[in-house]
Amino acid sequence: MLPRAVQALVMGGAILGALTGILAYVTLLERKFAARMQSRIGPYRVGPHGLLQPIADGVKLLLKEDVIPETADRPVFNLAPVVFLIPCLLIFAVIPFAPGIGVSDLDTGVLLFLAISSLEIVGLFMAGWGSNNKYALLSAMRAVNQIISYDLPFIMASLVPVMLAGSLRLSDIAAAQSRLWFIAYPVIGQLAFVFFIITAVAAENRVPFDILEAESELVAGFRVEYSGMKFAIIQLAEYAHVLGTSFLGALLFLGAWAGPGPVWLGPLWFFVKAIGVFLLITWIRWSFVRIRVDQILRVSWKLMLPASLLLLLATAAAIVWRTPHA
Amino acid sequence: MSEVRAIDYQGSERLTMNMGPQHPSAHGVFRAILTLEGETVVGVDAVIGYLHRCHEKLAETLAYVQYPTIASKTDYVAAMCSELAYVSAAEEIGQFEVPRRAQYLRVMMAELQRIASHCLWLGTWCMDMGGALGGGATIFLYCIRERELVLDLFEALVGARLLYGFHQVGGVRYDIPDGWTAKCRETIGLIEARLDEYEAMLADNPFFTMRVKGVGTISRELAEDVGISGPLLRGSGVAWDLRRNLPYSSYEEFAFDVPVETAGDCFARYRVRMVEFRQSIRIIRQVLDGLPEGPISSRPGVKSLAQVKVPKGEAYARVEGPRGEVGCYLVADGSNKPYRMKWRGASFSNLAVLPHILPGVGVADVVAIMGSVDPVFGEVDR
Repeated sequence: MLPRAVQALVMGGAILGALTGILAYVTLLERKFAARMQSRIGPYRVGPHGLLQPIADGVKLLLKEDVIPETADRPVFNLAPVVFLIPCLLIFAVIPFAPGIGVSDLDTGVLLFLAISSLEIVGLFMAGWGSNNKYALLSAMRAVNQIISYDLPFIMASLVPVMLAGSLRLSDIAAAQSRLWFIAYPVIGQLAFVFFIITAVAAENRVPFDILEAESELVAGFRVEYSGMKFAIIQLAEYAHVLGTSFLGALLFLGAWAGPGPVWLGPLWFFVKAIGVFLLITWIRWSFVRIRVDQILRVSWKLMLPASLLLLLATAAAIVWRTPHA
Repeated sequence: MSEVRAIDYQGSERLTMNMGPQHPSAHGVFRAILTLEGETVVGVDAVIGYLHRCHEKLAETLAYVQYPTIASKTDYVAAMCSELAYVSAAEEIGQFEVPRRAQYLRVMMAELQRIASHCLWLGTWCMDMGGALGGGATIFLYCIRERELVLDLFEALVGARLLYGFHQVGGVRYDIPDGWTAKCRETIGLIEARLDEYEAMLADNPFFTMRVKGVGTISRELAEDVGISGPLLRGSGVAWDLRRNLPYSSYEEFAFDVPVETAGDCFARYRVRMVEFRQSIRIIRQVLDGLPEGPISSRPGVKSLAQVKVPKGEAYARVEGPRGEVGCYLVADGSNKPYRMKWRGASFSNLAVLPHILPGVGVADVVAIMGSVDPVFGEVDR
């Protein structure tokens, strides 16, 4: 048996490598999915059914000129995409893709996931500030507002399965759903899932909560000055975050690797469920119009936060009620 | 390292931000210099003229048989209406007769054009609010899909999809080809069904209503003072529609409703235009049912530049375009070219309301309001 550190390193490398490929094709999936929603065909020219499109995009972005604005804060500007990317990739470290397969199955997995995923705001704000662009600055200010507002209800919604399973360890939560997926838990499960999806969409800055990049107002928001590979890194990080959250959703609510067939199919089931959550988020994205920043904040603080707190209380009550007393 | 800071704070916390002329939400080349306090607009400086092409001077150099094609290019989203305004003015000066079939065809094309134009308005407006990478783009593509069907009809009729040259002094240049009527009925039936889908996707959607209700309210007094027209005016509670109040081209023979909303906000303008969609379909059905036989023009087809000579005189003709009153003032000197021509563009007058309603709203509302005003810059700058 390999030492634990080496095992984690190998696993980390493997997951990172696989992730880059998966992310590239997740963009293609979203484009195809959106195209179908909009009665279009989507990418079709590069390779059969556009299957080589992500590679072509990658090559194109690599070859693009990397422009740094003259008045930009160079260190901050250059560092921002990386600072943005790291937390978005790091969240995959705590996800167990199957029993025993994962970089690190921590006792505080959910906590670490939530903590790291809210760190992306640092990179985002650096990008917005460092660009020295008015649109980017406005976008960065909005970003701080929005992500702080939505991380709280996001955490509350994620805590419901944690309470039901009685553990912060992600593999325990998955194992606790071997009989009943938490989304099937009466009332509380469905409500928590709805909350989870709404807040996840908001935390990932997607329509209808994409006020950061609101291109009709702020052109491209915080990434308006980025080009070439830095732009690609920001894109990659965003998709990594969405996919990571989809995995978390599939794990917390959809029973992770539980599914029919032999055990070795588990990771596949997990992946399919995560893609299902991803497509749900995509479906929302391509259906709604964006709401305003003040409305987003109002919805968060006046509706989502109290409601998710109540839901948490209800969960606690349900657990106490269903636990047989001595 | 230079100490240039691109962000120029003027005094306190004010930020000057450019929206346009090159901007994702700019409808054409409109430049709004916004003064912001945080996200709130405190001042707006509207700059126009980026698309000025000397249309009015150009009209003096072109014969009456030539200019209708160019008139298309003022409001290129509703080309049929500006052509109609121009030829109507010439016909009024010369007292040229227009056969009934031509009048009916003009009405039909104007209404089809209104549908096409409103499709583009709805799509671009939703894209302003919903993002090019979001639900807005979905609505946009749906609307463009329907607009294409209308443009197909125009292509079958004229051969062009955007700028037609369909009208001529004394009538129209093309008669409808075989099978066109059936295709037209099919198209408007399809669009009528799809309108229900749009309304389900928009008016029943709280995200959409949050963005548009109570935003950009134009009071009735303001609407009358600044001289806006079209759906904006009707959205502010004024029942004024040239097709009803000053009928031209035998509009008085058709039954249709003039939608009026009293709220004056973006949602009211949306509702007015959505009803107009259906009323246009209603008018087109009546035209198709009652299309009279006969000539399509009281004058022979265009052969030479000197063919149409308009006697000395002047006239102002106006038609109800998709964006409001499109007017053409023509002074004729008896030759084959007008002595002077002046356009009254609906978008130009409608834009005048912006400095009155923009201060106080957020940046996000600016694009929602701009989209609901629906300006076309070919018509503003001419």
